[in-house]
Amino acid sequence: MSPSTRRAFVIGSAIAAVMPLSSARATPEQMRKAIEAVTRGAKINTGKVTLDIPPLVENGHTVPLSVTVDSPMTDADHVRAIHIFNENNPQPHVLHANLGPRSGRALLSTRIKLNASQRIVAIAELSDGGFWSGAAEVVVTLAACVEEIV
Amino acid sequence: MASVLVNVPKTAKRGEVIEIKTLIAHPMETGFRAGPNGRLIPRDIITRFTCVYDGAEVFGLTLTPAIAANPFIAFTTVATQSGTLVFRWTGDNGFSVEESASISVE
Repeated sequence: MSPSTRRAFVIGSAIAAVMPLSSARATPEQMRKAIEAVTRGAKINTGKVTLDIPPLVENGHTVPLSVTVDSPMTDADHVRAIHIFNENNPQPHVLHANLGPRSGRALLSTRIKLNASQRIVAIAELSDGGFWSGAAEVVVTLAACVEEIV
Repeated sequence: MASVLVNVPKTAKRGEVIEIKTLIAHPMETGFRAGPNGRLIPRDIITRFTCVYDGAEVFGLTLTPAIAANPFIAFTTVATQSGTLVFRWTGDNGFSVEESASISVE
């Protein structure tokens, strides 16, 4: 193999290695679109939503995540839904939850998967039609979704 | 029958906000992973969880492949009256599991 064909091979395989990854991931742009599909262009205010997630995650397969929204949760003023989005998993959606005055508190905890270090965004939809958001940056050392099964 | 753990307080005062924790055994296969033969393993996840308290849905959650295996879900509700809470998980391949817990409210 001459040096030039070897170089072509190396470059080609590097592209082949990167291509499926880039096509199988959500991007900040896709996250923005997914959020727009939920808010239908309404203004999103920052605040009220607290996203509790460890800033440094060793294992992306199971990451504890908890969301609280500052709301009295009365019939007149409550959180209708909580949506969570990510930038770098294969799909931009993580979950959405339906709440109401019978929730008592706007609180939700679960465990999620993270494919890479990224920003997580939580959007709360209030009964008055307003949207509030909170975000958190997460650094992941062992990513989910990439492991080989043997 | 999938194994399920549900944690609901046995008793509560009327109007008290109670926390409910649930855990269910499920692989939550994303559909993005390749198996030993190089082919993608088909998606197999729970897509919806609901909690019905005395006939009214008090909490609903739509899940995606980004939820970790063996989904843990914790949420709150107001203890309104004595009765049963029915938890239901549904998902791919006809997955459907129901569990109930009773609560007495003074």
